[in-house]
Amino acid sequence: MVTTLRSGDLEERLERHARDVRLETLRLARIAGAGHYSGTFSAAELFAALYYYQLRIDPARPDWPDRDRFILSKGHAAIGLYPILAELGFFDASELDTYTRLGSAFGDHPDMRLIAGVDFSSGSLGHGLSIGLGMALAGRVSGRDYRTYVMVGDGELAEGQIWEAAMAAGHFRTGRLVCIVDRNGLGIDGPTERVMAQEPIEARFTSFGWSCQRIAGHDLAQILDAFDALDDGDDAPPQLIVADTVKGHGVARMENDVNWHVGNLGPDDYEAVRQEISGE
Amino acid sequence: MARNDAKRDADGQDQSDVFRGTDSTDAAKRSTEKGISTRSVPAFVAGEELADLADHDGRVVVLTADLASANRLNDFGARHPTRFFNMGIAEKNMISVAAGMASTGLVPFVGTFASFAALLGFEQIRTDCAYPGMPVRILGHHSGMSLGYYGTSHHALEDLAAMRAVADLTVACAADANQLRAMLRASLDLPGAAYVRLGRGRDPEVYDTVPANFQFGVAATLRDGEHATIIATGSQVKPSLEAADILAERGLRVAVVDMHTLKPLDVDCIRAAAARGPVVTVEEHSVIGGLGGAVAETLADAGFPAALYRHGVPDEYVPVGPPAALYAHYRLDGPGVAAVVHEFLESLA
Repeated sequence: MVTTLRSGDLEERLERHARDVRLETLRLARIAGAGHYSGTFSAAELFAALYYYQLRIDPARPDWPDRDRFILSKGHAAIGLYPILAELGFFDASELDTYTRLGSAFGDHPDMRLIAGVDFSSGSLGHGLSIGLGMALAGRVSGRDYRTYVMVGDGELAEGQIWEAAMAAGHFRTGRLVCIVDRNGLGIDGPTERVMAQEPIEARFTSFGWSCQRIAGHDLAQILDAFDALDDGDDAPPQLIVADTVKGHGVARMENDVNWHVGNLGPDDYEAVRQEISGE
Repeated sequence: MARNDAKRDADGQDQSDVFRGTDSTDAAKRSTEKGISTRSVPAFVAGEELADLADHDGRVVVLTADLASANRLNDFGARHPTRFFNMGIAEKNMISVAAGMASTGLVPFVGTFASFAALLGFEQIRTDCAYPGMPVRILGHHSGMSLGYYGTSHHALEDLAAMRAVADLTVACAADANQLRAMLRASLDLPGAAYVRLGRGRDPEVYDTVPANFQFGVAATLRDGEHATIIATGSQVKPSLEAADILAERGLRVAVVDMHTLKPLDVDCIRAAAARGPVVTVEEHSVIGGLGGAVAETLADAGFPAALYRHGVPDEYVPVGPPAALYAHYRLDGPGVAAVVHEFLESLA
């Protein structure tokens, strides 16, 4: 079981994990010939803080009934999640070498039937918050105190089902449901505020009965503070964390550039980007 | 719908039961004391049956979308309130919530109109229930055109075609209340997701007891006969039996098969029927993609000549009308089915 206390070097260690997420994303995208780089890079610190600090999980027991659940509703960022699951020991890291190849367990979107540590399959945007609500309600039925975390994209908030789920979570007061918005500001076609405006996000969720925090999503101290501030009560309001992030964070050429939502680095660029992320 | 005891329409088809409105004190009292469900809506036994199952199985939870009184799932809610979830009119959320529940080991039963379950919720059934292998049981009631003059928005004449195309999804149609009870019991330990299609709760009895030998994927031959075989499903099993009676009076002995499960399909039963003689499929569904489509595919794959007629609703939107009038219009009542079978046999002669 992963238990981590906040100690002096914690944030440094999480930064290294976030860096590794970005490096592995590069490597896996090269195997596939393309990858969802920038929406993964925006979530790298959130992934690191969730898996190496916050989630109550045990890689030796992926089906542990009392584990916290994590649903990557923006399933296209799975390329950054797989390396964490491998590093934690849910499966052998060498399996990632098959990424997207015929018959691999690891596709662009995560498949819970094939990958230990994936709590639910995802890919179709708008579903994950409902799935998480179901898990939270099920915890209430079975008397278990696990939390369910759902990460959604900001563009994903345009899906109507998100608001069906938000309404129902407020209605049922599922305090152990936590929704994290990777607020990187960009959809595929441009800024969310131009394609389909999402602000004011907190006001919208608050009006649906949620409690909300808003943080800088690449600032590990703020991420950890937000996690530490979560309410423990089962009948508390459901809890939202809006994490303001930068799409493509960590790679200058990709930051805030919609063209890198899906892309493919050529050999020279690959090495340059690898060095940039590594700080070499 | 204003009152439970609202008027019957011209052909005696009482449509007032659709929502079981309880605006009148008397009606509300009746519904709780005597159970309208067990009197005038005899086939809506899912709530009661699931409550019985939940008494002994802690995995059972039930969800509905603001139709708990119409589908009588409130019979479950009254006995197991902490395991009953009214999700409001938000079917997509409801189905995905059920999938999330199922991932923790629960067995959720989700009930709403078939049109909204299978058509509005199609992608949630495919992506969140069937694809990840979640044991969610979708109960699509008021299927076909059983909502009569409510019209096409409330009809489900394409649901079987849509559901059949989904991998790892069991698809079945209950012919009456006793068979529904058998299906619910058998579904508890069925792997993966299931779509169970129900009528409008007034379905006449086909099975006088709960069929003890019920098994998904194994068709029930209800009547033998050598001149032809009717393969029917769901609401059309009863009219097909009536048709067989009518045809028997004319000297035609027609077998009747209840093909309650469309997926997995009882291929052996279909092939055996076609080997015996002409086959007529009968369903309250489009002739495209449902039972008739499944049987046609099976016989085409079998590679031997077969005389097959697919009877159902043609490729069109049905006109306004009460259910009984629509069944007569499309010859999906006993006399209509008898006429269709008879004409088909004559066309082969």
